[in-house]
Amino acid sequence: MSITRRDYPHQGLYDELIDRGGRARPVAKPLLDHFASYSDDELKQLISRTELAIREMGISFTVYSQENGSIDRAWPFDPLPRIIAKSEWDQIEAGLKQRVQALNLFIDDLYHDQHILKDKVVPEELIVASANFRSQCIGVNPPRGIWAHICGSDLVRDAEGTMYVLEDNLRVPSGVSYMLENRHVLKRVLPELFESYAIQPVDNYCSQLFDTLAALSPRAGDFPEVVVLTPGVFNSAYFEHAYLAQQMGCELVEGRDLVVDSDDCVYMQTIAGPQRIDVIYRRIDDMFMDPEVFRADSMLGVPGLMRAWKAGNVALANAPGAGVADDKVIYAYVPEIIRYYLDQDIQLPNVPTYVCLRDDDRAYVLEHLAELVVKPANESGGYGMMIGPHASKKELTEFATLIGKNPRNYIAQPTLNLSTVPTVIDTHIEPRHVDLRPFILSGEDTQVTMGGLTRVALRAGSLVVNSSQGGGSKDTWIVEGA
Amino acid sequence: MLLSRVAENLYWMARYIERAEGLARLINVNTNLLLDLPKGLAPGWRPLVEITGSEALYLERHEEFDEQRVLRFLVVNQSNPGSLQSTVQAARENARTIRDIIPREAWQQINSLYYFTRDEQQAALSKRGRFQYLAEVINRAQTLTGTLAGTMNHDAGYTFVKMGRNLERADVTSRFIDVRSAALIEEELQQANSFDAIQWMSVLKSLSGYQMYRQSMQARIRRSAVQRFLLQSTEFPRAVAHCIGEVQASLRSLPRNRKPLLLINETQRNLQGADPAAMGQAELHQFIDQLQFALAQINNAIADRYFPKPAPPNN
Repeated sequence: MSITRRDYPHQGLYDELIDRGGRARPVAKPLLDHFASYSDDELKQLISRTELAIREMGISFTVYSQENGSIDRAWPFDPLPRIIAKSEWDQIEAGLKQRVQALNLFIDDLYHDQHILKDKVVPEELIVASANFRSQCIGVNPPRGIWAHICGSDLVRDAEGTMYVLEDNLRVPSGVSYMLENRHVLKRVLPELFESYAIQPVDNYCSQLFDTLAALSPRAGDFPEVVVLTPGVFNSAYFEHAYLAQQMGCELVEGRDLVVDSDDCVYMQTIAGPQRIDVIYRRIDDMFMDPEVFRADSMLGVPGLMRAWKAGNVALANAPGAGVADDKVIYAYVPEIIRYYLDQDIQLPNVPTYVCLRDDDRAYVLEHLAELVVKPANESGGYGMMIGPHASKKELTEFATLIGKNPRNYIAQPTLNLSTVPTVIDTHIEPRHVDLRPFILSGEDTQVTMGGLTRVALRAGSLVVNSSQGGGSKDTWIVEGA
Repeated sequence: MLLSRVAENLYWMARYIERAEGLARLINVNTNLLLDLPKGLAPGWRPLVEITGSEALYLERHEEFDEQRVLRFLVVNQSNPGSLQSTVQAARENARTIRDIIPREAWQQINSLYYFTRDEQQAALSKRGRFQYLAEVINRAQTLTGTLAGTMNHDAGYTFVKMGRNLERADVTSRFIDVRSAALIEEELQQANSFDAIQWMSVLKSLSGYQMYRQSMQARIRRSAVQRFLLQSTEFPRAVAHCIGEVQASLRSLPRNRKPLLLINETQRNLQGADPAAMGQAELHQFIDQLQFALAQINNAIADRYFPKPAPPNN
């Protein structure tokens, strides 16, 4: 069985491992040579060994249904890795650092003097109308002025091979545990390949994360008490919350474990009595975090948490209000934001984006609706989106009306032909679309994971990489040489 | 440091598993006993409902304590919080939220016990399948106890598992003695009944204590010796004194233990100082009542000291 033949259906897209001539890209040659010798049986064995490893290691994600409670599903994983040359990655890494650095400056500015609005680089009305701007955060000074300590940015490559940033996740980005576990699985099922490559390790993420969090502690000198705050077992990312807590040696707490006392400090209830908390890695959305300030009906949060944070008695990562910068309309302004704060050109490009608030852009969007992807500003997970080429007449009219009514809430982008990676489908190998989510830690230094989580749409032709909708994932290799 | 919420879940997980095991033992032995005794003497099924303390709930729905109704009530009834299935479900709910704390195998075993009790419930209701079904529940509960003992760090978390298990065990054993004594004492007073020994034997067997009784007491099966063994032995793991001793030792390793420890020391002293053989039926019943009250007090003291405080009203 060989996959470097012309029978690998290219469909005129960019494939990460195989060039248009059907030849292995230099980074992929040892990998594809290795698989070229596989029989169908061997491939089947590889798949079953992979599935066994995932089951044994208990890598799962949670699907919740009313009927059956929460069900753990095995994490769908494809054993063929996605490979990126270190030289290319270095540039991507630099671009991500630049981006996150500028976004943090931007958030800090928004909650203080708002220079960027006064200088009319970003329209003030965007911020006023943003569902993620938290007026409660105005004037707060988190340590080092950093608001988004953990960022997950989604990267995609188009048909020409250009890597773009598709969106930034500055609230509670998830997926990093799968990135780490994917590597463990692959080491177990394909150890021989690791001998022919110099693959950059990803293992140190959890200790970097811990150091980043611990450095935020308001009590210097002590051993800081860092906890991971989860919404609970019903959350689809619960596996990751528990995983990160375990790997960092922290307590995994729920809102009901914490209390804010009259001294405005946060305590967790332990068998030895209340114990003060210094840093909370919170995996709960802003709106559910503190019923005194945000949604009063939240059962997941901790009353008084914002008070404690504002008083500087506890650090929250990410800081409340950081989400204002991952609004999809703000996204369109990131090149200007980078130029404004850093006086640099954007290194890692944005996908060309039409902001419906701008008259010219809106006119263009309405004229070309059928070719574009339209996204609402504040939804995530693909909700409320319209993909022009796949939309019915009715949907097109609907969206035209929606945009007309509330232009601030919409952006449009050309449909991208995401790049593909060879993927095992039954006993043969086919191209499947992928994206990539690296994670960026901001503290004393800015650190980027070596690679990130490659998500793959397992259905032929599909661009949906979400695990709840038929998506899977792959290990991501950053390799030296080649 | 162990979170109060986690401590509470570990404690109740262990208690519910132990409760399920106790219930399975009870039903199995009663089934056997009924086969051994002549019709007139057989205590029937009512004592089982009494032992589980759910008489009132039962009488709300049924008047007769017949085999089928009692079994359905004790094994499958979802609206009876003390039924085997409800108990296993409660253990699972407690384990679920601390899945990341207990060993993975332990969670899988609880989960599969939960599915077993549901999927195979028809067997429990049939005369022929019942023994197998209940033996399987006991076996799985024992396996789980072993898994926890053998794969979990013996830290504060495990201490709460041990306390939950042993307090529940003490409670189960004391209930067995109470209900059986009430039915049996009268007969002993009237005439030495040849079936008397059989019934006390069944009490021992329901607690897997027959062999151990023989080894440790070297006495024939008599009410006074059996009661002494089940209440006061520090060697037999289902004897009340032994269980209380385990809780006592566990508590000593925990912080802020003064109050619950005082209570438990007192309970142990009272238990060891008593002479059950000299008690008449009413006296014994009262003694066990006090013992159970003390066990409840210990439970409350542990909860009060270590478990999450209920949230203050949100206003």
